[in-house]
This record gives sequence, structure tokens and C-alpha cells, in this order.
Amino acid sequence: MKQEINEQALLKGLAGNDKKSVDTIYRENYNMVQLLVINNNGSADDAKDVFQEAMIVLYEKARSGTFELNCQIKTYVYSVCRRLWLKRLQQLNRYPSGLDELETLVPVEDEIEEHEKRNTEFDMMDKAISNLGEPCKSLLEAYYLQKRTMLEIAANFGYTNADNAKNQKYKCLMRLKKIFFTHYKNGST
Amino acid sequence: MDDITILDAVERYIRGEMNPDERLHFENLRKTNPDIDQLVVEHTLFLQQMNRFGEWKKFKQGLHDTHNSLTEQGTINSDKLKGKAKVVYLWKRYKRVTAIAACIAGVTALAISTLIWSMSPKPDNEKLQDLSREFNKIKSEQVRQKTDVNKLKDQIQSGPTTTNTAQIEFKSGGTGFLIDNKGLMITNAHVVKNSRNIRVFNIKGERFNAFVVKLDMARDVAIIKIDDDNFKLSAPLPYSIRKTTSDIAEPIFTLGYPRDEIVYGEGYLSAETGFNGDTLSCQITVPANPGNSGGPIFNHNGEVIGILSAKETQTEGAVFAIQSKYIYKALDELKKNSIYQNVKVPAKSTLDGLDKVQQVKKIRDYVFMVKGD
Repeated sequence: MKQEINEQALLKGLAGNDKKSVDTIYRENYNMVQLLVINNNGSADDAKDVFQEAMIVLYEKARSGTFELNCQIKTYVYSVCRRLWLKRLQQLNRYPSGLDELETLVPVEDEIEEHEKRNTEFDMMDKAISNLGEPCKSLLEAYYLQKRTMLEIAANFGYTNADNAKNQKYKCLMRLKKIFFTHYKNGST
Repeated sequence: MDDITILDAVERYIRGEMNPDERLHFENLRKTNPDIDQLVVEHTLFLQQMNRFGEWKKFKQGLHDTHNSLTEQGTINSDKLKGKAKVVYLWKRYKRVTAIAACIAGVTALAISTLIWSMSPKPDNEKLQDLSREFNKIKSEQVRQKTDVNKLKDQIQSGPTTTNTAQIEFKSGGTGFLIDNKGLMITNAHVVKNSRNIRVFNIKGERFNAFVVKLDMARDVAIIKIDDDNFKLSAPLPYSIRKTTSDIAEPIFTLGYPRDEIVYGEGYLSAETGFNGDTLSCQITVPANPGNSGGPIFNHNGEVIGILSAKETQTEGAVFAIQSKYIYKALDELKKNSIYQNVKVPAKSTLDGLDKVQQVKKIRDYVFMVKGD
């Protein structure tokens, strides 16, 4: 009972990107995943990738609010990692050396599919922003991601006033939105 | 209102930063102007996506930091695989690669050694076989002992009278052919090189003494001279000796004494150079056996184009002949000696146009078996 409450608290912390919660979940689960990957033709780097993907899946899940964890976090993370690693092995055409089918697993296929879709979207966004070049990249990141005010930005980027910065930001935004919506339409149709 | 102001308003509206009056005004504008409505919907979607992207990026970065700090603390043992675990890990990871690499290395090593073995030059004496007849040493030893015994017997029987009927025990044999009417004869140097006494036999089996007048080991050409009162030629030489190189595929024939009988062989010129690109000789394809050494090679006009000298032991049918122009070279050197100044080699073949049978009939009297002890 106590453990369950504990885990709920952890998930809540995770949803808010609370560093302590993230650290705890990381610490408690990473070695298990690393063992899994290394015992199945992988390296420590592979393990890190797979584990962090699983953490993101869990994070998104916790954030969605509708998530009810009906098993331990450990089991969930293990299931996701196992699935992800098997997929990776198949893509690389390496053979999994007999992943044990009898281990207790929860179904995670839907989550992974969703996660992969999201990943492609975000990768696309990342690429689109990188392709804008400077100063657009830094300008938009400062405003939309770091939520800085136009005044701060004008000072930081050396614009004479906030209006100039706004002007520049507008031009950059139009470019990004153009790229974004082209991809968005292509992706959704 | 310009675009920048509109966008600014839209952003403030979405974020809920407008005061109630302004908000009311904007909502009215949105209802009346579908373009602005469209922009609001679109921008809401975009901002949502941007926000989630930002959080995703931040979370990812956070994970990265967590990973590094936990590794530093030693709470998780990532990148700290050492000792046995590391070896096991590396082995597990690379065993397939290792196996494949080992296979490839093995096959390559085999291929290379085969290649080297087949391409490396073997010592020439293994591959080239002189075609002189080397008589079995032990056999001749036995014969010699037998004659010694016979001599002793003779001495016992006939008393102390000395006998001068010294018998020559021949150790090597080959073929030779005349190049002038006075008994100069060409053969291979390896046929006569170790001989003190040389005897030549014509087709009728008549025996003549001969001696070496010129020995050119480098070209494997020897000139010997018949020195016998009984030697006489009825007709001048029917064949001539060619001064230039012959062409590939030219039909040739040879006469020689691989056995105690003259043997005819027929073939063609296969290559302009000899063993391993030797330019002194040429390659011919003709049946050849020990005893053919020194035999003449004729073309269809009845010209001597070479001296049969050796065959390759590892390749069937590769026989080599010294090109006839080296006969002239040897002769030129010989002519420096005043005794041989006036040697004349027939300039024109009288065999042109005759068929093989007639040609051989005329030539065979001038081809001799050469034996040396």
C-alpha cells in the first residue's frame, strides 16, 4: 500500500519534470535495463538510449492525466524497454539471443506506437528550427521555449527596441510556421 | 492593424493575457472576420505543439543530465564496464564479427599461399629438362667393371701382349646436323660438354670420330667437327639455315635420335620466346624426348630455324629450341680462328616445294646421332 502511494507520488513528480522524481526512477530502473540490453547483443550506449526513450514514454503517460498504473513502474519500464530493444534489434538485423518470453509483461504496443509518432513529429520540429539558422533559431527558442519577454530578448540579442525584435521574430515565425504546417499536413494525410 | 499587431493580439488572446474589454472586442472581431478566426485556431495548434516540443526537449535534456550525474555518483554503472564484465560484453557483442573475420582471414591466407606457390619461380633445372640421353651411371660403371674383368681375362689368355682396343663407354647422347660439306656439325653444348671422346653415327650406323671446336654454354650451342678419313659426302647440303626469326604458327618438323633409330616429329612454332621469356630460344610444339637434343628444326621450305634443346617438365608439350640465328653468331666467333675462316654455310635450300617425304629422305643423311663419353 505504502509503495503504491510512493509510486503515485513519483509519477506526479515525473509529470511535472521534477528532478528528484526523475532521479529516483532513473536510479531504481536503469541497471535492470542495462543488464537486459547488454545480455541481448547491445552496448551500454544502446541501453542508455532505450531507457531514456522509455522514460519519455512514461513521462508522456504521466502527463496525460488519464494514466492509471496498474502495475509497478519497474514492470512498466521493463516492458517498454524490452519491446523497444527487440524492435531495434530487428531493424539492425541482429538476432535477439532468446529474450525470455515468460517474464511478466504489460501490453505496451499502443504506447510505443504513439511515442514513435510523437518522436517523428518532434524530430521534425527540431530539424525545422535548426534549418532556420541564426538568429531565428535562438530568437524563437528564447521566446517560445524559454518563455522570455520581448524586452529581455531585445536586450540580449542587441536590438535597439522591443519592436525591432518583434519584427524580426515575426519574420522568423512565419518561416517556421510555413515549414511546420507543410509537414503537418503531409504527416496527417 | 498590420500583421505583426494581429499576431501579437492572437498570442495574447491564446495565453489569456487580455483584459476583459479587450477580450470582448477581440472575440467580436473573431466572429466577424473568418481570417482572424482561422489564424487563432491555427496558431493555437502551433503553440500547443511548440510547448510540448519545448517540454519534451527539456525533459530529454534533464534525462541526459540525470544520467551523467548518476554515473558520476556511481549509482548506476553505465560506462563502467571493466574487467571480466567488459570482456564478456565485448565477446558477446563481437563474436559473430570475430567468427566471420576469422573465416575470411583463413580463406585469404589459403588463397594467398596458393597464389604465391603457383606464381613463385621454381628453379629452372627442375622445370627444364635437357633432352640429351644421360646413360645410367651405375650401368656404365657395371659395364666398365665387366670390361676390366674381360681385359684381365684376355691378358691371362693371350699372355702379356697389350691390347689397344679401348672401348668407349658413352655417357650422353643427342642429335647433331651438318652445316657444311667438310664435317662441321651443330649440336647442343650440354650434349658434349663433359665428353673427352665424341662419336657420331649416320643413318646407316657408320661411326665417325669427332671433336669439339666451339662450345657456347650460354647459348647451349656446340660446333663439332668430324675428323675421320672415312667421312665423305656424296652431295652438298640440301638445307640452309635461316638468319631471321620465324613466325608463330609456322609448321615445323624435326629429325632426331631419341632411340637408336632416326625419328621424325612434326609440329608448329608456338611462341617467339622460350622458357620464362628467354629471347635466345623459341617455343615449339613437337614430340620430343631425351636424345632429341641438338636436333634440327626445319620449316616447310627446308630451312633450319632452330636447334631443339629442352622441354619444360611441368607443362606438357612445351619444347624449346635455340633460334637459328645463334648458329651464325657461333660461326662468326669461330671464323676468327684462321683455320675456319673459309667455312661456308649453304645459302639456299634445295628442298623448297618438295613434299615432306622427299624432304626427309634428302635431309636424313645429314642428321647424326652424337654420343660422348
